[in-house]
Amino acid sequence: MRLIRQILLRMLTTAVTLIGVAVIVFVVIRVVPGNPIAMMLPPGATDEDVLRLTALYGLDKSLPQQFLIWAGGVLHGDFGTSITSRQPVLALVLDRLPATLELSIMALVIAVLIGGVVALTGTRSRDSGIEAAIDIGNGIALSIPDFLWGLILILLFGVLLPVFNISGRITPSLPLNFVTNFYLFESILRGRPDLWLDLISHMFLPSLALAIPLSAIIGQVLKQSLKETMHLDYVTLSRTKGYGENHVILREALPNAILPTLTLVGVQFTFLIGGTVIIERLFSYEGLGNLAIDAVINRDLPLIQGIVILFAVIFTAVNLVVDLLYAVLNPRLRHG
Amino acid sequence: MSFLTIRNLSAELKGHGVPLLRRVSLQVAAGEVRGLVGESGAGKSMIGKAILGILPRAVAITGGEILLDGVDLLQLPPAQRRRRIGASAALIPQDPLTALNPSRRIGGQITDRLVDILGWQRARAEARARELLAEVQIAEPERVLRSYPHELSGGMRQRILIASAFAAEPRLIVADEPTTALDVTVQKQILKLIQAMQARHGTALLFVTHDLGVVSKVCQKLSVLYAGMVVEDTEVRPFFAGPKHAYSAALLAATPKYTDPAASLQPVPEAVIEAVRREVADADRRAGHG
Repeated sequence: MRLIRQILLRMLTTAVTLIGVAVIVFVVIRVVPGNPIAMMLPPGATDEDVLRLTALYGLDKSLPQQFLIWAGGVLHGDFGTSITSRQPVLALVLDRLPATLELSIMALVIAVLIGGVVALTGTRSRDSGIEAAIDIGNGIALSIPDFLWGLILILLFGVLLPVFNISGRITPSLPLNFVTNFYLFESILRGRPDLWLDLISHMFLPSLALAIPLSAIIGQVLKQSLKETMHLDYVTLSRTKGYGENHVILREALPNAILPTLTLVGVQFTFLIGGTVIIERLFSYEGLGNLAIDAVINRDLPLIQGIVILFAVIFTAVNLVVDLLYAVLNPRLRHG
Repeated sequence: MSFLTIRNLSAELKGHGVPLLRRVSLQVAAGEVRGLVGESGAGKSMIGKAILGILPRAVAITGGEILLDGVDLLQLPPAQRRRRIGASAALIPQDPLTALNPSRRIGGQITDRLVDILGWQRARAEARARELLAEVQIAEPERVLRSYPHELSGGMRQRILIASAFAAEPRLIVADEPTTALDVTVQKQILKLIQAMQARHGTALLFVTHDLGVVSKVCQKLSVLYAGMVVEDTEVRPFFAGPKHAYSAALLAATPKYTDPAASLQPVPEAVIEAVRREVADADRRAGHG
């Protein structure tokens, strides 16, 4: 009963959030300077042409009217038509979404792996020189933003020591007979190492750039809560049973220390997805972020709206997943 | 031969040289119960922690021996020491609310030592856990074994911790103020339970407490600590008839009595404190020269 109420409440707040995002985006992109119609017409177009085109896209109507027309379409699954490519926004966006999801998830996996190892190592050698070195490393990783890491990685592993691909998602000359746009998942499931190795070679540097700052946050926060947990009585009791440091950290401390980190990772993961916009541009990775930048440059209003709404949906979905995971990992909430 | 023999054990705060234990010696024979009393900070818990190898990182042992069944734990490499302690000693902790891992089921927290350290079959360990819960008078052991700590009361959790301490049939149990954190009504039951379990299993018990009333009920022998030094080591019965050391006598006098609560609430007199401090300083000097 309580669970159902919680889910309903959650859906309601999600709906309100999405409506709010839609209104704000809709208004903002129309208020800022820049006219999509002017971008579409060749130089020397007559005023009449401008008016006709403006009317064609409904841009001559008042803002509330425009919003209602757009929102009405959205309720039917019609997000409008891209001004530049003249294709349905929904199709364009869903086409690019898998690429960005794969990149973000790969970045998250890398961040959790690096952050986890850093936190466990730091806890194991707490209050020593190794921990101090870890703190300094974390500080450096955190104070450099993801796009700068992108440039550094391109320089190091794309130019000076070219071991990874730094442009695109996959080598175009490969046999690209994918059924879905989840290239990485699909090629792994189909057991095609020729494809997924090439994909990873393309995706590794951009996802690492996205992952480094997040891994530093995970490393720092998880190490801190692990260290606090290590003082607790049940950890001490476990030592008297004959267990060594590794076991005590992994089985007694980690499951309890992981909860604050999980909340944080949820919030930070949404920032990471936001970071894909610039990172995809940097690595010419054909994902949602790259599409978003093109849409903004071209003042492609329907496309911008569609992309932003999709990002908002992803963010709320991530938060929902984090809350569910929290309940799974914390028995006190599960039974509460 | 005593099962536990501590000889001249000294410990200090790392880097500060502050002595925490001063040449502590005590013995607990197999099946015997020894009380370890003193005021807060006297070092009584520290001794228990030293035996079980769980001293805080800031504390360093500077000398002495801890013989468990004739083997000096301090001479063993860490891994071997841990296994030896895990196999032959156990702790009944102070606070049952914090001593169980909140994210693990009770069953695993009782059987883990049996399976991982002693190499029992899981089924045998689980049967043993059920048996132990019945022994500490927990109804519905099956349900409790599947429960998480937060689903159980404080008294129940302390029973579980007692059961867990006896799980591997240790020869020595350190009980670190096992009733202090409990409700007064539960305290008595838990105390009785520890006594009954100790008697049935014939385990040597080191009972750390600040409550002389508890000592008179549970223990046969008694060590009184002041500033990390044993000031009196004696049998319980003669002690309560008339302690030899002035500090012990003052401590005994400071214990509230149910017959006349108001009259007996008196602090340890200044003069006695000064005398015992001088004694500690003298002993330090002698040890320094020797």
